Amino acid sequence: MTDIISNLSLYLTYPFVWYAVIVGVLIALCSSLLGVTLVLKRFSFIGDGLSHVAFGAIAIASVINLTNNIFFVLVITVICAVLLLRTGSNTKIKGDASIAMISVGALAIGYLIMNVFSTSSNLSGDVCSTLFGSTSILTLTGVEVWVCAALSVIVVALFIIFYNKIFAVTFDESFAEAVGTRSKLYNLLIAVIIAVIIVAAMNLVGSLLISALVIFPALSAMRVFKSFKSVTVCAACISVVCALFGILISIVFAAPVGSTIVAVDIVVFFIFMIIGKARGASK
Amino acid sequence: MAQLSCKKLCLGYDGHEIVHNLNFSVEKGDYFCIVGENGSGKTTLMKTILGLQPAFKGKVETGDNLKNNGIGYLPQQTRVQRDFPASVWEIVLSGCQNKGKFHPFYNKKDKALAEESIKKMGIEDLKKRCYRELSGGQQQRVLLARALCAASDILLLDEPVTGLDPKVTEELYRLILEINKKYNITIIMISHDIQAAVKYADKILHIGEKNFFGTKEEYLNSEISKSFAREVIK
Repeated sequence: MTDIISNLSLYLTYPFVWYAVIVGVLIALCSSLLGVTLVLKRFSFIGDGLSHVAFGAIAIASVINLTNNIFFVLVITVICAVLLLRTGSNTKIKGDASIAMISVGALAIGYLIMNVFSTSSNLSGDVCSTLFGSTSILTLTGVEVWVCAALSVIVVALFIIFYNKIFAVTFDESFAEAVGTRSKLYNLLIAVIIAVIIVAAMNLVGSLLISALVIFPALSAMRVFKSFKSVTVCAACISVVCALFGILISIVFAAPVGSTIVAVDIVVFFIFMIIGKARGASK
Repeated sequence: MAQLSCKKLCLGYDGHEIVHNLNFSVEKGDYFCIVGENGSGKTTLMKTILGLQPAFKGKVETGDNLKNNGIGYLPQQTRVQRDFPASVWEIVLSGCQNKGKFHPFYNKKDKALAEESIKKMGIEDLKKRCYRELSGGQQQRVLLARALCAASDILLLDEPVTGLDPKVTEELYRLILEINKKYNITIIMISHDIQAAVKYADKILHIGEKNFFGTKEEYLNSEISKSFAREVIK
């Protein structure tokens, strides 16, 4: 045990470890905020779908040798997010089917393009790190940390300002619209924010695991808490704590960052499920 | 001038016109029921009144100083709502959405309005409870309280008693009647329940192959009600 602690304190003297911890916690915070809304709107898989789109976009960007590929990926992802969330009720292809379609489609096209056109010598390594998160979270520069921090502040600020509207639109879109809330606008806002978060989170956990960051904290919080506000606050806390522990554990045991965070999230989910059951039984 | 009137209104969706040449008017304090078979366009009409969907032809006119933000709405319950983790208070408060204005947080006036609506619906004791743990009838009361926050003049109800047992249904109808008479709020209700419509409403609009609009007495004596009611009551 003392070994682990001394080991950890050694690692924490390096700035890149701090960068990873800061970025990881901020991304976890942002993704959990919207998680509650997405889970309740039955859009749990949107994170998954969008991250696959981002994967496809990365493949295209690397093939056509774009220097500024993060911008390209962001634009593509935002467009897809808008299309997916817009569908909602009255389209020919229903919500879950269209998400599944876009998600696997983008994954296949992305891998195909990477395979056919790639000049990289370590193709499967590239693909694997894009899908499951790379160690690039440990190679962040100071500027990237600042960008990430700025994005997080914007997301959290938007969420707080529009909290009441987001609640109204999540709970009952038709009522909200009938009494004058522009629900289409807020759906658009939610779509754009989630796309931004996903692109930011790809470095941390990789495209296959992003949904976990979005939905696990929300689901855990919903087992125990009963008002929207408490669920949201609790989800944010769970997410931050899990990300923190996940990153530290992964550093000490040299485990992959993304999957360790998700594993911690899963453990917390089961703990909350048991607490929820116990509370329900004691009533 | 009538509080709300439609002249030669044609409605539909996806390019199909399903309601033709609709004429009716609603006065302040009316209890107005819209009846008709499934798919006859009742919900479409309600959406048009709310301004969520444009009409094909004709338009909905409002008068009597009715501002658009005086209309409250009780939609049919959705799947999402049944297991929604939110307290009754949060839901009722969400009825206070000021139209058009930038209004990110609730102020004292909104909170007072929500308190008042909760009192009107007699659900003070449920205020802190979680919505998904309530019974169907209690949930409808909560949604009514929310609609009241938005409705100073007109309350639109879309099949409010769907899925409720007869006793709770009766209570809910009594509550709606009370809102209508005591607070002088116009009720516009879509209903399958023709017996209740005939029992409570002052005016009835029947949508179908032939439209009918008139007072309850006129409706009961009309051919259209006789053929429709015969099928329903049998």
